[in-house]
Parts: sequence; C-alpha cells; structure tokens
Amino acid sequence: MKKKLLSLLLTALLTTAVLGGCGSDGTGESSGNNSSTGSSALEPAGDAAYGGSVVVGIQQDIDSLDPHKATAAGTKEILFNIFEGLVKPDKNGDLMNAVASDYTVSEDGLVYTFTLREGVKFHNGSVVTAEDVKYSLERASGLLDGTPLISSLKVLTSVDIIDEKTVQVTVGGANTELIYSFVAAIIPAGSGEDESGTPVGTGPFSFVSYTPQEGIVVKKNSDYWQKGLPYLDEVNFKIVTSTDTALLELQGGSIDIYPYLTDSQANELQGSFQILSAPSAVVQALYLNNADPLLSDVRIRQAICYALDKDAVNDFLAGGNATIISTGMLPTLQSYYVDLNDVYGTGANIDKAKELMADAGYPDGFDLEITVPSNYEYHMQTAEVVVEQLKSAGINAVIRPVEWNAWLEDCYNGRKYQSTISGLTSDATPGYMMNRFQKESKKNFINFDNAEYDEVYVKAAAAMDPEEKAGYYKQLQQILCDEAGSAFIQVPAITIALNPKLGGYTFYPVYVQDMSTVYYAE
Amino acid sequence: MRKPGSGKWNKYLTAGLIMTGIALLLGILGLFWTPYSTTAMSASEKFDAPSLRHIFGTDNFGRDIFSRVMKGLSTTIVIGSLVVAFSASAGILLGALTGYFGGLVDEIVMRVTDAVNGFPSILLALVLISLLGNGRQNVILALGIVFIPSYVRIVRSEFIRLRDADYIGRARLMGVCRIRILFVHILPNIFSVFWVSVMIGFNNAILAESGMSYLGIGVQPPDASLGKMLSDAQGYLQNAPWYALAPGLTIVWVVLGFSLFSEGIRRRV
Amino acid sequence: MNFFIKKFITLIMTLFLVSVGAFLAFQIIPGDVVTSILGTEATPEREEQLREELGLNDPPVVRYFSWAGGVLRGDLGRSYQYSKNMNEMMPVAELIGDKLPVTLWLAGLAMVLIVMVSIPLGVLWAKSGNRFLDAALGVVTQATMAVPSFFLGILVTFLFGVVLKWFAPGSYVSYRQDFGGFLGYLVFPALSIALPKIAMTARFLRNSMLTEMKADYVRTAYSKGCSRQRVMYGHVLRNAMMPVVTFLGMIIAEIVAGSIVVEQVFGLPGIGRLLISSINNRDFPVVEILILYITFVVIFVYFLVDILYRVIDPRISER
Repeated sequence: MKKKLLSLLLTALLTTAVLGGCGSDGTGESSGNNSSTGSSALEPAGDAAYGGSVVVGIQQDIDSLDPHKATAAGTKEILFNIFEGLVKPDKNGDLMNAVASDYTVSEDGLVYTFTLREGVKFHNGSVVTAEDVKYSLERASGLLDGTPLISSLKVLTSVDIIDEKTVQVTVGGANTELIYSFVAAIIPAGSGEDESGTPVGTGPFSFVSYTPQEGIVVKKNSDYWQKGLPYLDEVNFKIVTSTDTALLELQGGSIDIYPYLTDSQANELQGSFQILSAPSAVVQALYLNNADPLLSDVRIRQAICYALDKDAVNDFLAGGNATIISTGMLPTLQSYYVDLNDVYGTGANIDKAKELMADAGYPDGFDLEITVPSNYEYHMQTAEVVVEQLKSAGINAVIRPVEWNAWLEDCYNGRKYQSTISGLTSDATPGYMMNRFQKESKKNFINFDNAEYDEVYVKAAAAMDPEEKAGYYKQLQQILCDEAGSAFIQVPAITIALNPKLGGYTFYPVYVQDMSTVYYAE
Repeated sequence: MRKPGSGKWNKYLTAGLIMTGIALLLGILGLFWTPYSTTAMSASEKFDAPSLRHIFGTDNFGRDIFSRVMKGLSTTIVIGSLVVAFSASAGILLGALTGYFGGLVDEIVMRVTDAVNGFPSILLALVLISLLGNGRQNVILALGIVFIPSYVRIVRSEFIRLRDADYIGRARLMGVCRIRILFVHILPNIFSVFWVSVMIGFNNAILAESGMSYLGIGVQPPDASLGKMLSDAQGYLQNAPWYALAPGLTIVWVVLGFSLFSEGIRRRV
Repeated sequence: MNFFIKKFITLIMTLFLVSVGAFLAFQIIPGDVVTSILGTEATPEREEQLREELGLNDPPVVRYFSWAGGVLRGDLGRSYQYSKNMNEMMPVAELIGDKLPVTLWLAGLAMVLIVMVSIPLGVLWAKSGNRFLDAALGVVTQATMAVPSFFLGILVTFLFGVVLKWFAPGSYVSYRQDFGGFLGYLVFPALSIALPKIAMTARFLRNSMLTEMKADYVRTAYSKGCSRQRVMYGHVLRNAMMPVVTFLGMIIAEIVAGSIVVEQVFGLPGIGRLLISSINNRDFPVVEILILYITFVVIFVYFLVDILYRVIDPRISER
C-alpha cells in the first residue's frame, strides 16, 4: 500500500532526476557526444520503486578498500558506488561534475580551478571541505608523502586552497586528458591514516562491511547530492569465483545481477532473465612480441593477422556480440577510433597469409607459441579457436597456459614470450592504449618499435585542439594496424543477466557497476 | 598361505577385466584415432544432444564429446601409468633400502615420508604444480612425488618382515651379496602385496589428476582432460547435462573397473 | 611417557620441515608478490613502498626467521591480499578464524553423516544372510567409492539443485547471518564428501564383523547360550568397532583434502578455497599458516589414532 503511493510520488521525482542528470551537470569539457553505443537502460513494465536490496555477482575479490590504492578494474567498478572524485565518468564515456560543481582550465592547460558543490556530505555526515579535496589529491599524487598512488596524477605540482569552496591545482605539463584523472576519490582529510580505516566517500552508497572471499555490502546514502538517487536500500556485491557456479546461482535466485555471462550462458538464461549486452573496455588480441626473431618480420605478423577468422571467434565466444577491431583503440571512444577492419578483413584470408609467409621464407608454415593466462577462461577458449584457425594457414600454434602471476612476470613485465592472447583493460582516455606502444614505454610489452609512431604520439599528447588530437590518434592506429603490431581481435561484449523485476541498469564504456540507477519495478 | 595365482576366477575379476579392458582399448585407440577431430569446431553443432552421430553429444564449440572423452582417457591412462611407474619404482628403492638397512637413513626417510603423508595429497600436488608450472610432464612429476611415500611404507614394512625370515638369514650366511638379497630374494616375495597397492595407486593417481585438472591446474588445453571437461561442463548442467555426465561417468567407469579388478586379484590371492 | 615426548618432537620437526618447505617453495614459484598485489597500474614508488612494508628487501633467511619468530610469539602476520579496512591488511589469525568454521562444520557434518549411515549399514550388511542384498550392497558401495568427490558434487548439484530443486546452488549464507540456513546448505556438500566414505566405512565394518564372527569367543558365547542379539551387539560389534574407529580417524585427513575440492564445487568460502586463492595470489603469510594448520590437524589425528591403537591392543606399545 505504502509502496504504491511512494512509487507514484517517486515516478515524478525520477523523471526530473533523469532529466537533470542529462542537462545541467554535463559541464566541463564534455564533448556532448550522446550516441548510446555503450549504454542502454532496459526498463521492465512498471514504475520505479524505492527500497529493496539486490545481490550482484562479482568475479574477483577486492584488491584494496582504499580507493587510491585499488588498481584492479574489478575493485574500481564497485568502489565507484562508494567514492566519487571531483568529476566522475558518465554513461557516455564523458565526465560529469561530482564533488566539484564546476571547473576551469587555464589557457596553457597548467592550472585547474575547481569549485566545490554546495552541501556534498561524506557518509560520516561531515560536509566536504577544500581541506578534504586538498588532502585527497595530495595523497593520490604523492605530494603528501612522496609516494604517488595514481600514476597519472604524478604531474601535479601543487594543490592550493583559494577559499573554502575553491581549490586550485597546478600541473607540470599540459595534457588535455588529465581531467579524467580527477575522478580520483575525494576522502575526508586524514582518513588515510585513520585508526578505524572505514572507507568513507561521497558516493550514492556507503560502506557497510567487507568479508574476504564473500563480498562487500553497501547501503543507501540518503544524503546523496543527486536527489532521487539511489533507489535501492542495500547492495550486496557477492564474490562468485567461477562463472559456472554463477549460472546456477542465478537460476537458484541467489544473485540478481551478474555482469560477466558467457554467450552460451546467456542463451541458457534467455527467457528467465533480462539479458543485456554492451561492449566492454577490454582490448583482446593475439599480442605479438615484435622483438621475437620470427615475429620481428612484419610479413609474418601480417600473415597472422590475415589468417585469423575474427568473425568465427566472435561467433563462438560472444555469440556475435563482440566488436571486432584491427587496432588497439576502444571503438566506444568514438571521436578517436578509426575502423580499420578492412585492412586484414574480419574473416580468414588464407591465400594472402600464405603468400606473405612464402615471401618471408616460410612457405611451409612455422611454429608459434601462444602463452595464455590460464585463469581467464575467455582467453583460453579464444586461444583454442585461434590455434585451429592458424592451422589452416600452416601455422603450427601451441598453447602454453601459465598462471596469472607468471604471465605478469614473464610476459607483461619480463617480455619473455613469443605471442600471447590476453586482454588489456582501457580507461576512458584514448591515450591510455596508444601510449603503451611507444618504443620506450614501460608498458610496451609487445616491443613495438616504430619511429614514426613515436613521433606522432608526441604530437598527439601535446595537441590541445580536440580535432587535431583525434587526427593524430587516428594516424597512430593506422600505423599500429599496418605494421601489424599485434593481431587485434575484438572488444568482447559484457553480457549481463538482470533479475526481470529490476530496471534502470546503465552501461558505461568504462568498467563501472553503477547501482544508483537500479530499481525494482512495481 | 596360498601362492598367488592359485585362487579361483571370480566375478570381480570378470567385471573388472571387462570394464578396464574397454577403457584401456578406447584410451589406447584414442592415442591414434578418434571418430572426429578433437579440436575441429563447428558453430552449427553446438550442444547437440547425444545421437547416433555424436553418441555423447557435442560441447560448446560443437566438438564431438565422445572423441574428446577418448582423448581425455588416453591422457588419464598415460598419466596414471607413468605416475604409478615413477612413484612405485622410487618407492621400491627407498622402501627396500630403509626397510632392510634401517638406521639413520631409515629415520630421515621416514620423517620426510611422515611430513609428506601428513598432508592431503592433492594439496601437495597443487603446491608442486605451482612450483613446476602446468603441463603434462609436471603433473606426472608432481603426482609421482606425492605418491612415493605410500609405496615406501608398504615396501618398507614388507622388507622388515622378510629381513628376519629364515631363508634370508640362510642366504646371508651363504654369503649372497646384499643387492642380490634385496632384489632377487626379497623383492619377488612382496609382489603379491605390492600389486594391490599399485592398483590402488593407479586409481588414486587418476582421481588426483582429474581433480587437479578440474581445479584448473595440471593438464591444460589443447590436451583433452576429463577433469577440465567436467569443470567446463558444470555451467551447462541444465541445458546440456550430457556434457558433464560423459567425462564424469568415464572417470567413474575407469576407477570402478580398476578397483573391481584389484578386488578380484585380492580375493584370488 | 617416552612415547609422548617422541611423538611431540616428531610433530615439531615435521611442522618445521613443512614451514621451511613452504617458504622455499615461495622463493622459487614464479610471480612477484608486489606485482600480484598491485597489478600493472601502480606507480613504481608505490611498488617500492609496498616492498619495504612487506620486508621483501631483506634476505630470505632474515625473512624466514622474522616470520617464524612472529609465529612463535603468537603473531601470525597479516595477509598480503585481503584488506581488513581501508588502511590495514587482514590479520591472518582473523582471516583463518573467519573461514575455519565453514570447513570445520563441513567436515563435522560429513563425519556425522558417515557415522550415522555407515555403522547401521555395515551391521545390517554383516548380519543379513541375504545373498541378493549382499551382492547389491557390494556393487553399490564399490561404485560409490569410484566417484570422485567433485563429480559427486556436480551430481548432487544437478540432482538436488537443478532437477529436484531441494536447494538453490550457490545460495550459501554465512554462519554469522543465519546459522540454520548455513547448516542446511552445508548438508549437500557434506553429502558429496561423505558418500564414498560411507561406502568405505560400511565395507570395512562389515568385513571386520565377519572376521570377528568367526572368532573363537563367538562360538564360546553361543555355546554358553547367549542369544544371537547379545552376541552380535554385545561382543562382535564392540570388538569390530575398534578398528573402525581408528579407520574413521584416518578418514578425517581425507575429509580435509576432500573438502578443498568440494568447497570449490559448491562455492563455499572455507579454508580450501582460501588456500587455493592464496597460492594463486602469492599470499605467503596465509599459505604458510594454513599449511601448518592442516599438517598439524592431520598429524594430531594420526597421533590420536595411535593412542587408540594402544588402548585397544596393549601389545602394540611393546614394539
């Protein structure tokens, strides 16, 4: 009874909230790119009701409850509900103002001035002050104790309080992508040294408890600055280590939302669950070690690109829901991405591959070792499919499964491998993926070595004009593709199962599980 | 005491022989030939239910499960045999030396054996695999090491028993060299006891191997493995139960066949 | 007394060997703890800070002894992987203390099932002269023993969870929240562990009883005019139970191992799963303590079994 009344009232509220979310807060440098490739909100019949709790299945345990120290994508997507930065990502991949209500950047790109939003409160009840912002940014950037926690914030040279509502940040070098780093969480001053260590933020949900191996529970922040949000009273992020058991748990009703379904599982659940799908932020590829004696020959690398049947991989693993790519940029970053799938085609071109191989002196094929982190079922299965495909071009590929830690040490940091199938999780900036293929980059684990690429990257990073910047990034992608830096395969889809009674689930182009918009339909 | 081989044929032997025979046949055949390719994928044949064409059905890549089970059976049998061969011979050597000679070596070996024994075998294998890395050879090595102590114990106690037997004493008086006493005079006499533990060991090796590959350690794709198939299949229990049942029941078949067989032998002795 | 001292020294020796072994293993295993914890995105400064915090810059010998010293003083260290809150890592003692009840209740429940089913079954089996029942039980137990626990787990899930819907797979509730629901969920994994052991124990008890029935004292008892019931339960069962009790003791070690796999199948957050994830994440302090704990339990159980043997058969102690 009471619920019904409430829901009626709230529908009205909700409409305003949604409208408000789109319009007034989308300030800053947001490019106003509103196409909804990555976002869709499926609403079941019925109105949004307040209250209730949901259980969200997550795959990995939390790596840290400290928002500045957490590095795992699986942790950040949950902490998104508890913590907010001065700005925060929105569902279009742009930024919206959060703890800050407005900001300006100086002409030379070296000074950022943030105005704090009125009346934003921490979960402990105190109002966010300029002191808190200064503390948070200094802590994250290493100005506090010399240990930067977020590498992109290392360029900060000072954080100054102008008045109680204004904070000015000075940086060492201009970079138009730096603003994305201000999603770094704002926490109460001193909370990094606090005895109790309770995670306190300004997000739509506040921290309740964390139990290793079981999960993390958050409850509604009724003082949340975005009026009308969140709907749910409680969210339980429950750790489900195996995708296999997740399916049974969904069917048994012990999880309401599970965001990492495989395609065949989605098929099993069709009919009893809402199944939604959107591109992830993972760039999956057969990464080739360009320094390997065999793979240093560009023709061999190109031959591998031609031999891959990406359509088939997409069909087998993602039921056709993945986005096929031929270069290392997320297609969801639309202003920067350039579709190069025509270069090698999305199907297999065995003749072309064989021709290139013969050219390179391997008419009868060659051996290729593919190292795969064995804990990632998806990459393992992709590898099984890829091995079959390479076989038809005469390439005798073998899978070498390694444990994740061994992969990190040998492949990623040690670069001792021939080729590997893995995924890199990109953030919302185009520079994130492009930066790593410079010759001297610490993250250039494929040993890509192209002088032109390095030159263009420097220009791209320095460019202040968005158009110009995008042009350089497109050029970089073209080089990476033409030179076959690696055999890029796909951006896998995130397929999520949602309890049929739930609505309002929102996809983000970056890894985020935003629970604030989720509601039970009456 | 009756001599081995003098007993009567029994039902256990018959059933065990038939079951083991079929498993071995399929496993050995699987090394050379399978009805379908074990790796070729077909999008149109995903999750076909068992039929005349695919008697165990197909999996999530449209691969023939029967062929993969055959291949997995070969892997399992090869690994099981090599593990038993490795651990049994190491066990005989250590058991013989410690049992016959005793002393400090005995004390050290037995302490280490105790330490290893006081540890769930699958756990130890897990730690060893983390050390050695995944892959077929390493699984054999890890399980081989894990199972040594069980043989050492049996061989040792038999050697202790026989060491003091009259005929050994006489042989020693006649000046027969120690190595000869160990391996010619004593060893053949412990085989009846040893044989049974080899059989049990084979079963334990198979169970441990499949358990490990179920947990995702050990044999890795593209090597087919029954345990790995089971863990892959677990997510499709509702719509494709055959996928889990085929490898699972195959493991049961092999283990049951072998334990019936060894029971039969035990009764015959 | 001498016996106890010797056993105690053996226990300490074994624990020491195991701890050194595990420590050495962690030195050799590929994979860097710091990268494992921080991933690929952390700053070099943060990596160095963590390395210093964890004492990884010290030589291995120093690290081992500082760790061992801590343990001897009762400080089990802190997990590398799990946070307690924003600013502190989870103390190992607290972490294991939290997970241990799950495994202990699972093992306990399995044990209860084994005892409650296998003993009546064994007795019934031994008593029945029915050849058909005899053969049927023979086949059933033989077959049950051949099913690996994880497959049994899958079968139980399939049968009771998917087909009969007696329980919802994965609907585990923490013992802190709802103890009844917790136990209710544990019944099914416990069943998966218990079934093969029930078969084994029943067979063992039956064989042991059949052996006893042929003993001289049984004939004497009958000739004295004791009833069949009296002979069966008063003499045969009592004597036949002794080896069974020790056999059950041995099984405990196997239950511990079995629960590791079964926890994985049923998604139970017990020490088995903790161990596997800790090995994967190079969480050395947790792995060390868990391994020591498991070794201790197993050795201790064997020790109890040894004592039981002595109680049953005083001749053993003379050896």
